[in-house]
Amino acid sequence: MSAFQLSGRTGRPVGLGSPGAPNRRNTELGLLAFAVLLPTLAYANVGLAVDRRLPAGMLEYGLGIGALALVAHLVMRRFAPYADPLLLPLATLLNGLGLVMIWRLDKAGPLLQHNAPAAPFQLLWSALGVALFIGVITLLKGHLALQRYTYVSMAAALALLAAPAFLPARRSDFGAKIWIHAGGFSIQPGEFAKIILAVFFAGYLTVNRDALALASRRVLGLYLPRGRDLGPILVVWALSILILVFETDLGSSLLFFGLFVVMLYVATERTSWIVFGLLLATAGAALVGSTEQHVRIRINAWLDPMAAFGPHPPAGTTEQIGQALFAFGTGGVTGAGLGQGRSWLIGFAAKSDFILGSFGEELGLTGLMALFVVYGLVVQRALRTALAARDPFGKLLAVGLGSAFALQVFVVAGGVTGLIPLTGMTMPFMAQGGSSVVANWALVALLLKISDSARRPAPEPTRAVRA
Amino acid sequence: MNKPIRRVSVFCLLLIMALLLRTNWIQGVEADTYANNQYNDRVKYDRYAYPRGNIVAGGQPVTSSDFVNGYRYKYKTTWNDGPMYAPVTGFSSQAFGSSQLEQLEDPILSGTDDRLFFRNTLDMLTGKQKQGGDVITTINPKAQKAAFDGLGNHKGAAVAIDPRTGAILALVSTPSYDPSTFAGTSDADSQAWQALTKNPDQPMLNRALRETYPPGSTFKLVTAATAFETGKYQNITDVTDTPQTYILPGTNTPLNNDSPDEPCTNATLVDALAISCNTVYGKIGAELGEQKLLAQADKFGFNSSFSVPMKSAPSVFPNNSSPDGTAQDAIGQHNTAATPLQMAMVASAIANNGKLMQPYLVDEERSANSTTVSKHSAQEMDQAISPATAQKLQQMMVAVVQNGTGKLAQISGVEVGGKTGTAQHGQDNSGLPFAWFVSYAKVGDSAPVAVAVVVEDGGARNDISGGALAAPIAKSVMQAVIGQ
Repeated sequence: MSAFQLSGRTGRPVGLGSPGAPNRRNTELGLLAFAVLLPTLAYANVGLAVDRRLPAGMLEYGLGIGALALVAHLVMRRFAPYADPLLLPLATLLNGLGLVMIWRLDKAGPLLQHNAPAAPFQLLWSALGVALFIGVITLLKGHLALQRYTYVSMAAALALLAAPAFLPARRSDFGAKIWIHAGGFSIQPGEFAKIILAVFFAGYLTVNRDALALASRRVLGLYLPRGRDLGPILVVWALSILILVFETDLGSSLLFFGLFVVMLYVATERTSWIVFGLLLATAGAALVGSTEQHVRIRINAWLDPMAAFGPHPPAGTTEQIGQALFAFGTGGVTGAGLGQGRSWLIGFAAKSDFILGSFGEELGLTGLMALFVVYGLVVQRALRTALAARDPFGKLLAVGLGSAFALQVFVVAGGVTGLIPLTGMTMPFMAQGGSSVVANWALVALLLKISDSARRPAPEPTRAVRA
Repeated sequence: MNKPIRRVSVFCLLLIMALLLRTNWIQGVEADTYANNQYNDRVKYDRYAYPRGNIVAGGQPVTSSDFVNGYRYKYKTTWNDGPMYAPVTGFSSQAFGSSQLEQLEDPILSGTDDRLFFRNTLDMLTGKQKQGGDVITTINPKAQKAAFDGLGNHKGAAVAIDPRTGAILALVSTPSYDPSTFAGTSDADSQAWQALTKNPDQPMLNRALRETYPPGSTFKLVTAATAFETGKYQNITDVTDTPQTYILPGTNTPLNNDSPDEPCTNATLVDALAISCNTVYGKIGAELGEQKLLAQADKFGFNSSFSVPMKSAPSVFPNNSSPDGTAQDAIGQHNTAATPLQMAMVASAIANNGKLMQPYLVDEERSANSTTVSKHSAQEMDQAISPATAQKLQQMMVAVVQNGTGKLAQISGVEVGGKTGTAQHGQDNSGLPFAWFVSYAKVGDSAPVAVAVVVEDGGARNDISGGALAAPIAKSVMQAVIGQ
């Protein structure tokens, strides 16, 4: 428990900045060098394995990622000098590894059903993501500025979420209506809605937490809030179910609902919210699971992934879970080696929803555990920021973003590995897809902004005199 | 708010822990189940991800493993003289499985054999590409070619054996097929496979090992052997007690010779074999009785199957026939049935002074770097007949070639013994007759080759025409082996 609370070097409680507290930017630079070197070597590895020579663009790739990371780092030095030193390297590492795997699967293009090269676009999106990151770090004065946009955020999030439901679906959307197509591009508004909703929840709860926490009646040992305070959670719950019904998107509704319950619990410190949340979630999931065909198919595929094979697969079933399990199993403990697996057998989703399967096959259990630890570290740094933040809005926003990130990783990785039913979300930073990469860079930028303000030393009264 | 945040942290930690546990379960504990699942296409791609070993005949590889593309299947097997060697090698197709040696020797050819474990581990550590081992066959390419060319467009089969060791020198079945045409996964491969499996001539049937034919008069060798072994006759010149027309015991049906002009009445054993008298050997068979014939036939290998390593169909000498049936069984009709391999074994036992050697096709298994993994050593199956009986039968077979129905098998300066046969079959002999010739050639005191040839041909009406069709093929095979 104390690990989340105390600063690693000094053992002092974090957040109580003092003059001369290390700002850790050099630590960040060192870690960034590693986070750039590792994907560059992985890139070389793929080239050697697939083409038996170093990839032609290796230098450009390394320099490109390095330049993006360096610019981000320099911006950090100037605009968020006290921010957490780990988050930027972790994000860079994940994004870089994702790029390598997407490029590697591009090389198997002729074997995939959708064989348009994706790595160049992913690189472009990554650059856009870093640009947004830089924009947030430089333009946002402080995270508290966001609190002003609480209700604007709510409207924006709902509009984003609802948009795909009213737009015609495409055949290539594979069952879930969660994309907005514009020109040649498609974005998944849910990824952005995740962040904007966290802002709304944080703003709303900062204002209303006392009413929710204190004005309650005790029933059966639980504190029940008043109806008017209970309203918002019921509305959000209903909305998440509606999203699920109209867009058949199990993952997003789970994520938004989980996000809200966690933030409500943190804001009010009332365990009863968790109990309510679980009850409502169970009821909702049971209802939808028994009525929605698309969801039922996924649950069946989770219960018996091998049913898709053989001469008489049940109607509407998918081979993907089984194929992913084959990939994981073939990878085993040490993996086939980058570029030496056959994860294109998973099909079109090998680069997107199932990119973890590709990693599992080529890097094995060893590599996958390392990846989970990297994701875990992102979550840990986010929650540590929440602990350190000095204002309730910052705390709530950080805990919201961190737990949303954790939930998303769990829901995707759990779905791909067959731990829970598949929901079709993206592995943050790694999966092919622009919205995900861009949105998660923004998420990291917000967290860094909060941590910068949390770790910034308090202004010293004597300092001006001495100068 | 820090207390609930810490609890949320623990919750998030549990989520990550659950993922770690799950992936440990899949990739650590259950990995092999998924890796080797029959629906995991990686298994079949792996088989073709590195060069497969070759099947070798006469020092030359019959198959080769070619690099085709970098993705799904990296290597594809092709055959040199595919149709000629198909009954030996079988096929190894990326889409349609494998057969014959390609199937039975797969552990060596694909390099997965446990005996290659040390070698493979060493290669893995030194970074050498994995490669399958080679299978060295006993096939003599010249003999194989002679048999294949000789059978030509006929339907039939030929087997040549080295009587001294049991090594199979030639194994041919026609019509044949080219395994190269469907080794891959393209549409053309698929069409070739479909055409082959639907072909009424069954090109993929290994007639030399798997098809049994009525052996016809060639079975008289077994009947003669029984007569000597049981002491019913001592010498090949012993005169038999044979009527002009032999009526099958217990019936009014006469047993006919190929031609009524043949001098079969009271013929000697050697003459009766040379001109192939049905009456003489039918009567001897009936007098010997089913049990004695069966015992002798079994010693030659009837009613058992052999793994060469392909499993041969068992040849049949029947039990529980009526006496008239036994008389017909004794001349290779009725319910007697033999594979070409079996009749080659009869000839080779006679040529090898009665000692029957275990037939085999794989001489040696080698690892990819040519060290020997296993080597066959000649094994005796049975002393099928006494050396004395073998001598007598040899003399009789030489007579067949010298002045009987098998003259077309003569090779100048070489002692050749043979026996013709023409088997009728089908309802009222309506089926295609089978022309047989079994023979051996001797150089000095030892016989390096024994051959059995069967040709399914409408033109075969009697032993002379049988000898005309099959004997020249056997002759060219023997010449190929002894180098004349």
